[in-house]
Amino acid sequence: MPFGLLKYGLSTDYPAKHHFTPATELKKHYDVVIIGGGGHGTAIAYNLAKYHGITNIAILEKNYLGGGNTARNTAVIRSNYLTEAGVNFYSESVKLFNNLSNEFNYNVMMENRGQLTLAHSDAAIRSFRWRAEVNQHLGVRSELVDRQTIAELVPNLNMSEDSRFPIMAGLWHEDGATARHDAVAWGYAKGACERGVELHQLTEVEDIEITQGRVSAVKTNRGRVECGAVVQAVAGASSIVAKKAGIPLPIHCYPLQAMVTQPYKPVLTPHVSSPQVHVYVHQTSRGEFVIGGGSDPYPLYHTRATLEQRESLSAAAMELFPFLAQARLLRQWAGTTDMTPDYSPIMGLSPVENYYLDAGWGTWGFKATPICGVTMAELVATKKVPDLIKPFELERFYRFEQINEAGATAASH
Amino acid sequence: MKLLTCPLNGPRNISEFTYGGEFHLMPDQNKTDARQWAEYVFFHDNAAGVVTEWWCHTASTFWFLAERNTITDQVIRTFEASEVFSQRKARSVIEDQA
Repeated sequence: MPFGLLKYGLSTDYPAKHHFTPATELKKHYDVVIIGGGGHGTAIAYNLAKYHGITNIAILEKNYLGGGNTARNTAVIRSNYLTEAGVNFYSESVKLFNNLSNEFNYNVMMENRGQLTLAHSDAAIRSFRWRAEVNQHLGVRSELVDRQTIAELVPNLNMSEDSRFPIMAGLWHEDGATARHDAVAWGYAKGACERGVELHQLTEVEDIEITQGRVSAVKTNRGRVECGAVVQAVAGASSIVAKKAGIPLPIHCYPLQAMVTQPYKPVLTPHVSSPQVHVYVHQTSRGEFVIGGGSDPYPLYHTRATLEQRESLSAAAMELFPFLAQARLLRQWAGTTDMTPDYSPIMGLSPVENYYLDAGWGTWGFKATPICGVTMAELVATKKVPDLIKPFELERFYRFEQINEAGATAASH
Repeated sequence: MKLLTCPLNGPRNISEFTYGGEFHLMPDQNKTDARQWAEYVFFHDNAAGVVTEWWCHTASTFWFLAERNTITDQVIRTFEASEVFSQRKARSVIEDQA
């Protein structure tokens, strides 16, 4: 490795290494077709190929690898959820994230810097105590901390008692982390393609053929493909794709905006969020402050950025970190989030026999990427629903058994 | 600032309004099984294109309907609910009488 690096450094033409070989022609038949070439789709393909020996797989991506919500999230990884199903699921994901660079032999820039959620009211403290107890019971590092500890964890946080919403306590989640979101998708795609999976970019699924309750083929803009099974992993377009298979979903799509400042010297270690002022802030390893908050107030299939959101995010971020008033914004963007009524994902079986759902990823999709890959691949390969994702099946809505995940969002919606 | 025209209060900043969900006629609860009721309560068309939806002018609590394009965010028209509901009866009752 050092010699390779030296050779690369001394080289005059800086040879670019391709992560994967883009597939050229679509075959007539694949054992598994995965719709969506983001983190989730590539993770499912990777796990099917590496651990279940299924390699005749096509990932069909409308645009380009990891160009949808995989590129648009704020790369937060945490597991301090509130429901048992949620905590178990996301804590497995955090464990997998911690080993992801080794798994790929490719750096996903995992940084375990912890996550702090701020309480500005007695009600918030009560709910944080509840969350901390549930988290600890299920083996997640999560605890209620006082003002002094907060000031030590984040020395430049505005701890003034004269602010609009003074900070009273916090929920400190040591397992909280961040990783390079693009690298996660690239790592999975690289590993999948090395094992024979075909990634077809600019390939849009236009229709899904169903015969006798089974998917027989998908029609794309590049031709018809027969398939043994289909997985849809298209967060932000889940309703549209599922409709082609005749499956209604309990999802509304809302834009979720975020923005980032110019890079500055490192001054902020953990990820800090406040459900009260609707903002979360962390500083990337490059030095940029990533600022995110709640979803837009009404549904939309558009990723425009609004002045209203820029103003409210800026005001909230400046309330927590007054020095950010001097910071210059570099860019602002939006992703499309699949919001479910209970803030939990929709994973597993669908009314169509060999059609599997990986949808309803709201604002919690990136942090679930590795565990989705593992569990969905197991489902497709064995046709048995893993216990970890059983609570998230679509059928729960018909039984009125929602998983009310009040801990789903770092900044409440 | 994005404007939304309230049938009662005229054009106002959209931040004064609350989105109230897709417009669907409520099924007759006496003729609906649990599955159909779940679909009515939880499931959405979530269509990309022109949809009809409920909005409320928060300050005056006035509920009305809007036709909006969910791709371009263009509001085509807003109108009073009385255009759809001419009498205080469930749809199935109206159908039975027709």
